[in-house]
Amino acid sequence: MTCTEFLARLDDLIDDSVTPEMRAELNAHLRRCGHCEVILNTTRKTIEIYRSHEIYELPAGLRDRLHAAIMARCKKGC
Amino acid sequence: MAAIQPIAGELEPHPDVALVERARAGDVSAYDSLVRKYDRQIFRIAQHVTQNREDAEDAMQDAFLKAYEKLDQFQGNSKFYTWLVRIAVNESLMRLRKRRTGKMVSIDEDVETEEGSVPRDLADWAPDPEQNFNQAELGEILRKTIRGLPQGFRIVFVLRDVEGLSTEETAETLGLSIPAVKSRLLRARLQLRERLSRYFRRKKGAEK
Repeated sequence: MTCTEFLARLDDLIDDSVTPEMRAELNAHLRRCGHCEVILNTTRKTIEIYRSHEIYELPAGLRDRLHAAIMARCKKGC
Repeated sequence: MAAIQPIAGELEPHPDVALVERARAGDVSAYDSLVRKYDRQIFRIAQHVTQNREDAEDAMQDAFLKAYEKLDQFQGNSKFYTWLVRIAVNESLMRLRKRRTGKMVSIDEDVETEEGSVPRDLADWAPDPEQNFNQAELGEILRKTIRGLPQGFRIVFVLRDVEGLSTEETAETLGLSIPAVKSRLLRARLQLRERLSRYFRRKKGAEK
């Protein structure tokens, strides 16, 4: 397997949607390719960092304003 | 009114199904529960699309109001959350278009770029690299980095990887094919990885 072929399967590997045979082939490539191992690990880490850090927090007061807007709309005709 | 059917293949109906039923019957507190459950996610999505706080606040509010008004049209063959996300993405894109009058705004833009398709930065990262920055610095790095992605890649990455929609749900929400979602997701992940490497790479001489 070449690095290009490995990269084409990177997402499937990360998302755990590969057959056991394909996983074995991908792992065999990883054992002899340090670059692809770095790409796999750092891509996984990229996703994990974005998933675990709330970079846009709900502004204070927005929830209450939204609630008030829904109640107002409701009084008009729900 | 037809009852909402549980999603095919799931043994238990999703807890939202009961809340949607109650909201449809006029119980505002049930809708309030749905709002409180999803307001953080919907705000984040709106902010990622619009890149503007005021627009994101308006898009979020209008998305929840619109969803409330359209509850009768919700078929129940998709999850309430993905239906809501679709409304929020549309509201957000509408505001983005208004702000960028004359400029084409579409989730299809910039898809031809090859940047990041071939990884160039092959340096390994420091262990727990985010710990080298304080929360404010890290937040700025993450915001700056994701803002630099082409719009069509950014939305796919946010829905799929940050908000946890499946590939199929992301495709349905954005009106894209599954191969298009997959191709954008791979390039979004690789571009973000490449850009974050600047901050997170292991320093030369650092202990392994």
